[in-house]
Amino acid sequence: MTAISGASASPAVRSAAGRFADFLYRRPNFYLLLLLVPPLLWFGAVYIASLLSLLWQSLYTFDDFTMTVSHTLTLANYTQLFDAANFDIIVRTVVMALAVSVFSAMLAFPVAYYMARYATGRTKAFFYIAVMLPMWTSYIVKAYAWTLLLAKEGVTSWFIHGLGLDAVLQFLLDIPGIGGNTLSTSNIGRFFVFTYIWLPFMILPIQAALERLPPSLLQASADLGANPLRTFRHVIFPLAIPGIAAGSIFTFSLTLGDYIVPQLVGPPGLFLGSMVYVQQGAIGNMPMAAAFTLVPVVLIAVYLSMVKKLGAFDAL
Amino acid sequence: MTTAVEFSSVSRRFGEVKAVDQVSLKIAEGEFFSMLGPSGSGKTTCLRLIAGFEQPSDGYIIIHGRDATGLPPYQRNVNTVFQDYALFPHMNVLDNIAYGLMVKGVAKKERLTRAAEALDMVALGEYGSRKPAQLSGGQRQRIALARALVNRPKVLLLDEPLGALDLKLREQMQSELKSLQRQLGITFIFVTHDQTEALSMSDRVAVFNNGRIEQMDSPRNLYNRPATAFVAEFVGTSNVLSGSLTEQLNLSGKSFALRPEYITLNSSDEQQDIRLQGRVCDVQYQGANTRYEIELPGGARVNASEANSILSQADAPRAGDSVTVSWHSDAMIELQAQAGER
Repeated sequence: MTAISGASASPAVRSAAGRFADFLYRRPNFYLLLLLVPPLLWFGAVYIASLLSLLWQSLYTFDDFTMTVSHTLTLANYTQLFDAANFDIIVRTVVMALAVSVFSAMLAFPVAYYMARYATGRTKAFFYIAVMLPMWTSYIVKAYAWTLLLAKEGVTSWFIHGLGLDAVLQFLLDIPGIGGNTLSTSNIGRFFVFTYIWLPFMILPIQAALERLPPSLLQASADLGANPLRTFRHVIFPLAIPGIAAGSIFTFSLTLGDYIVPQLVGPPGLFLGSMVYVQQGAIGNMPMAAAFTLVPVVLIAVYLSMVKKLGAFDAL
Repeated sequence: MTTAVEFSSVSRRFGEVKAVDQVSLKIAEGEFFSMLGPSGSGKTTCLRLIAGFEQPSDGYIIIHGRDATGLPPYQRNVNTVFQDYALFPHMNVLDNIAYGLMVKGVAKKERLTRAAEALDMVALGEYGSRKPAQLSGGQRQRIALARALVNRPKVLLLDEPLGALDLKLREQMQSELKSLQRQLGITFIFVTHDQTEALSMSDRVAVFNNGRIEQMDSPRNLYNRPATAFVAEFVGTSNVLSGSLTEQLNLSGKSFALRPEYITLNSSDEQQDIRLQGRVCDVQYQGANTRYEIELPGGARVNASEANSILSQADAPRAGDSVTVSWHSDAMIELQAQAGER
């Protein structure tokens, strides 16, 4: 009895902080609101507002003659996107982004499969670090390094020469469209650098998807008479698709928006990112830059809605 | 009777651990055979050896007259119902069931017809277009069963398939499995750690301990004539009498199993030729029975179990009471030394 009266006396002596804690406990929604308002304000100001101002500015008029921006609203910037020269940039970038995504997926799958299904303990840790280590280096440094590695007298051509594959390299460089004088000034080189830089973003989601695959599913497939090839085709690959789609979100959108690699490696000819950079930096045509910026935004939105159907968001 | 599965001194080692140690057994065609044992006793490894997910380190396995040692799972005419069912989450129920037929190259029309038949067999005919995630545990269990049986395997392996179901459903599935097995005449090899399940369904049970078979017998014999202390204690509950207690009874040097239900308290039955004075330490009411833990002179403790009846409630012994315990000497089963220590 004494214990009960003692307990009932204690709320009376609670501190203000304690009462506030009680209040938050009884009103979990208020507590959540308190937690989320600062980051949401930040997101709202930084992302949404700047995106909207971008959209708004893309409707301003740029006077080519005086090189000034006037606040007259027009859709001219958007129609200009479809001019042959500008549309070329869009196509070039999208084709590269798709090619990089497909090739990354092909390279990443075996690595991810090994990491998820075979590597254990130290080997697994090694693979994780090996995959992520390049991401911890500045990406500009990596891009610059590749310009040297791929240069005419660089390590790559030395290595290819050592293997006696000069003819193969020359054959590849002679292919119109993707070739060039050297690897570092060809689309092949640019494609390799993009793939190299974004590959970890493909490996990790695929690895996560394969890791979630219960071993009993593979055993069940074998038990029902499927040889390893059929098990791969009917069970492993379909269940890895969400991971591949998730990885491709990264490789696709990162390639689409990149403006450093196209400047450093590969033939002349602008990418979406570098076009934005040129328009707003060198020329000062902010409205056109804004219109170009919205191209990847729209493309990625379309892409996301496509891969959502493949279950990519469940695999992230 | 032909032999469905034969093990000839099969061992499976994982590094230093002997998961299966020199096991030999023969399972007859059409038999309902259970492998019973605690976790880590080697029963699941034995099943995986038959399925082909594991290969023996020593010895050989014959399935329906054919040496299966080294054969991959997809070349064996056995199918498995997995503990977690292992249904393919990206396929609907009908495609799951038809999977085995599909990889064997059965034409689409025929395999879907056969899958639908199998689905009807497990009474889930209208669920063909659902995804496994939309089904309950018991329904998934039946789909897994249909998926295995549609291939008309010679041997069906069941790896604790009822473990995840609740008690009522488990009991229902037990009788359904048993009648399905009788109807199809397929050899069922059933792995379980649940002794009631093994006893109620099987023609024969192998009791596993430390990678070895302690005893292989019919459920009735297993219960009434356990060969070792391990079997006596694992199959049902049992008192193992040894040491000072057997010395008092002039049976020193041997050990015996005695079922709790064969011990009576304060009985006047003259046929029960062994009588001892004891003290009740603990009383557990279990619904149909009451279990008494009784300390005998010399410190040994035995469990006695008495059926509850309306009449006996009033004068039932309570903790601390002193009681006469008695049993018939025939109820004591002499046990061998541990089978694993040969």
